[in-house]
Amino acid sequence: MSKQTPLYQQHLQAGGQMVDFAGWQMPIHYGSQIQEHQAVRSAAGLFDVSHMTVIDMAGPEAQVCLRTLLANDVTRLQPGGALYSCMLNPEGGVIDDLIVYWLGADQYRLVVNAATHDKDLAWISKQSQKFAQQHQERTDLAMLAVQGPLAIDKSIPLLPKELRDAVQSQPRFTAVQSGDWFIGRTGYTGEDGLEIILPATDAQNLWNGLLQAGVVPAGLGARDTLRLEAGMSLYGQDMDEQVSPLESGLGWTVAWEPQERQFIGRQALEQQKSDGVKRKMVGLRLQGGGVLRAGQKVISEAGEGLVTSGTFSPTLKQSIGLARVPKEIETRCEIEIRGKRVAAEVVKYPFVRNGKAC
Amino acid sequence: MTMIPDDLRYTKDHEWVREEGDGEYTVGITDHAQSALGDLVFVELPEVGAEVEAGVACCVVESVKAASDVYSPLSGEVTEINDALVESPELGNSDPYTEGWLFRLRSDDTEALDALLDFDEYVDLLAAEED
Repeated sequence: MSKQTPLYQQHLQAGGQMVDFAGWQMPIHYGSQIQEHQAVRSAAGLFDVSHMTVIDMAGPEAQVCLRTLLANDVTRLQPGGALYSCMLNPEGGVIDDLIVYWLGADQYRLVVNAATHDKDLAWISKQSQKFAQQHQERTDLAMLAVQGPLAIDKSIPLLPKELRDAVQSQPRFTAVQSGDWFIGRTGYTGEDGLEIILPATDAQNLWNGLLQAGVVPAGLGARDTLRLEAGMSLYGQDMDEQVSPLESGLGWTVAWEPQERQFIGRQALEQQKSDGVKRKMVGLRLQGGGVLRAGQKVISEAGEGLVTSGTFSPTLKQSIGLARVPKEIETRCEIEIRGKRVAAEVVKYPFVRNGKAC
Repeated sequence: MTMIPDDLRYTKDHEWVREEGDGEYTVGITDHAQSALGDLVFVELPEVGAEVEAGVACCVVESVKAASDVYSPLSGEVTEINDALVESPELGNSDPYTEGWLFRLRSDDTEALDALLDFDEYVDLLAAEED
């Protein structure tokens, strides 16, 4: 029996079509994935992301622990800042991607994927043993993402009073906190918005209030098309333990400086860099009919590659995807779809930012 | 609630068949099928004149989330395809039994025709799948 978030009944009431996702009963859509997608691009949408794993870490060596565990460097953070990072194995493969927030002093919060919950917790526990820190999973919290150009305005009146002014003036990629209410100006859609971590017991009230304010509930389906238009990676598809961030379009998340910081996976990445990284991530726009899907073969003059994510883009009205391909690939390729070859254009991504095609 | 017209025949794969007379039949996917697939964004239909075989995939309908084969309910020859659906796949969501039809075929496949589900049998099938 898969798990339910504190908002399970709300999903049923909103007409959510429930599916199993990483052991959770989650809504794939509430009627029309495309309408939900467009609501986020043009106004505001609401996602229940309570299935994601929140881990708090605190202690005198929490910082040094995270500087070992993560390929990005938490000393780049200001208090209240958020940082996107990969967590690597010693071979340089990606165990997971995550957001880490510095709450101030010696306290940090990690948000990691639901599908990697067990292995992430096991890895973090093992690697952090030798550091003076404690960490715990926060199963008492829920998490909502309110995303879109109207998301912040619609959310503010529903937040605890003491946070409203702070959220109004909050810079992107930072978080503010009051008690167990934690609000990051972050997201996974390419739109402005908030990710709100709050006591599970408060989640239904906030959900209901946002719906009353006209925010549209959006499911995992829209979450996927939005993040792909925004060129954001999905763990397990665009990267996994078999590939490094350098071959996943995530080289920008690796903090090479200072050189003496020995994060797990560093040696393997340095080796890969000196040997030459042979593959890279590109965006694809399909020219012919069909829809790009993960696992389809990319055929180019530079060699073969693989589509890692694909969908139909509601904004561009065209199929788009991400693919891992030989680094010499030029501007054209073909995709094998059901035994036929369909032409595709190799492009930079993101495809869409702040409601507009890039 | 899913719509199920009582004057059509059905397959267990959620296609519908309408008898047009003179051995011609129109084929589409049911309301239940379009709802399960989600927003349709691409449809690949057989060519006019193609020979199709009962129970064998002859079309692909793709929604935002997945591609799905459509199996021909009868053996026969394709006489017409719905070009409007190719242009506007969302017709398959909004009007699955009318504007969203897939193709017509000429068939004398009485064996497959007799094996199709009637309204009551299709209602029972959906009820069983719900459980």
